[in-house]
Amino acid sequence: MSQLEVQSLNKGWAGVQAVDDLTFRIEQGEFVALLGPSGCGKSTTLKMIAGLEQPDSGRLQLNGRDITRLPPGQRQLAMVFQSYALFPHLSVEENILFGLKARRVPPAERQRRLRRVTELVDLGPQLHKKPGQLSGGQCQRVALARAIVAEAPLCLMDEPLSNLDARLRNEMRVELRALQQQLGMTVLYVTHDQVEAMSMADRIILMNQGRVAQYGPPETLYSQPQNTFVARFIGNPPMNLIRCGERLLGIRPEHVTLQQQGVDARVVHVDYQGADTIIDAALPGHDNQILKLRLPGHQCLALHSELKLAWPSTQEHHFCLHSGERLNRDFATPDHPLIQTEPTHVV
Amino acid sequence: MNQRTWLHAWLMLLPALVMLLAFTHIPALSTLWHSLYLPARSGEQAEFAGLDNYRMLLDDEVFWQALSNNLWYALGTVPTSMVLALVMALWVNSRIRGRTALRLAYFTPTMLPMIAVANIWLFFYSPEIGLFNQLLGSLGLDSINWLGDPDWALPSLMLMTIWKEAGFFMIFYLAALQGLNPDLYAAAALEGASPWYRFRRLTLPLLMPTSLFVLVNAVLNAFKLVDHLFILTKGGPNNATNLLLYYIYENAFAFFDSNYAATLTLVLLVLLILLALLQFTLLERRIHYR
Repeated sequence: MSQLEVQSLNKGWAGVQAVDDLTFRIEQGEFVALLGPSGCGKSTTLKMIAGLEQPDSGRLQLNGRDITRLPPGQRQLAMVFQSYALFPHLSVEENILFGLKARRVPPAERQRRLRRVTELVDLGPQLHKKPGQLSGGQCQRVALARAIVAEAPLCLMDEPLSNLDARLRNEMRVELRALQQQLGMTVLYVTHDQVEAMSMADRIILMNQGRVAQYGPPETLYSQPQNTFVARFIGNPPMNLIRCGERLLGIRPEHVTLQQQGVDARVVHVDYQGADTIIDAALPGHDNQILKLRLPGHQCLALHSELKLAWPSTQEHHFCLHSGERLNRDFATPDHPLIQTEPTHVV
Repeated sequence: MNQRTWLHAWLMLLPALVMLLAFTHIPALSTLWHSLYLPARSGEQAEFAGLDNYRMLLDDEVFWQALSNNLWYALGTVPTSMVLALVMALWVNSRIRGRTALRLAYFTPTMLPMIAVANIWLFFYSPEIGLFNQLLGSLGLDSINWLGDPDWALPSLMLMTIWKEAGFFMIFYLAALQGLNPDLYAAAALEGASPWYRFRRLTLPLLMPTSLFVLVNAVLNAFKLVDHLFILTKGGPNNATNLLLYYIYENAFAFFDSNYAATLTLVLLVLLILLALLQFTLLERRIHYR
């Protein structure tokens, strides 16, 4: 059974279409990331699912129940906010139990759920503190506990880790994913951080200008981007898109290697990053377009030095120059587009 | 702390300190001093009276009447204007059409000087041609001598004060409401909390710091604002609307007994300090400050 079904959702303000005919489904127990740059409509989508914004048109169904026009409290959703939205005057315990009290869950049941959830998120000693006395990570846990304790069929998360420092964010990512798996939660997770989406999600909805650019498992978005937007968004640094005639050749920096023979290139910038080095190389044979490549370790390459680059042809992607859509390789590229004489570069 | 920073600190404090001393602390002490003397007769030295002025105060029926009037006045105006202020603030904070005009309308009484307000209300309260009596007349009811009847005079003043003060306090509540994080309300709504539950468990407690501030100010105002008495009743009829500050004014500038006025001032000061302390100690512990 489909858990959440979003059908042709639309929302616009003053002539700007924030969410444009959006349709997707989330299955039970799935962790789906709603990924996209800021302004792509992902937060608006989440708010409409939560009932905090009214869609202009479209339908929302949760477990077969139409929730499009229901008030937020009757949708059976839990939500973790970016600001955590903890009630500053209430203790951690009262924060977690706020919803259960509002819904008049009996005290015995409340206490049972509280004990379970405090164990899960490890908040025992903090129960009687106020949110102001907690660290960012602890506030995050309280917000999470409040969402878990509701035992709602769908949990919405709006960039919940973006206010944490990098180290804590990595820890919480692992913990959040483990918790979701353990409890079998269905989660819709809004983020602009592709690392979070790639590492946590079962499937990613990548949004662009209010539409779905691609919806699929992280490895599909990485290995088979449907268009140049996905190709440019996923991966760090993103995929190189080199213009050749009426097509764009896509090749990821990590798939490019230095070889004895190959495409001529000249080093224009070297960016050492510890585990590896990102090199910007200009291609003199192709209007000096820049191609980035990632090489392991510390590469001492002088500026302007000449390189020969190559990559496996299986890692090539082809896109239409005008529409940006992915082209089927079998029809589109009978041979290597950069060097006509050599059909493939075998590493 | 070394000598230099110590000196700097005092130099920085000096301007404010001089003003405070000159206009607050020294006058307070001189009031205390004056209250211990009898009024100077022409050409003679003022005679030391000890606590005689205070004994006279205990026997002064008008003082007790003014005090009780003032307590009723505070009790009648403070809670009502605060509740009204909160209700108006909640209303003009919601998404309604023309809320800017509404905010301005509620705030207008505050911008008017008390004397002007009193003059407007004098017309409302006039015995024959007044607005209120014309309304009563159109309903076929007997007219009331609002300001001339000892039973009606003080409530009439209270009504006007509430009208004037509520808009002022509304501004504080409105500012506090706009400072609240809307995510809190979104979270509470998702948790299934009804509007009344959200108001009781979120809005009211989060507004408590503002409520304390407004309460202290409202109580002070109930004892401080007497401008309207000069226009409307002059403390009458038969002292029915005489308030402490007005009685102090009468003693100092109508009866020319500035020493007794000083005594009354000191009593008023102590009363206000006690009230402020009471409010802070009772409420402070229950308030969450951000």
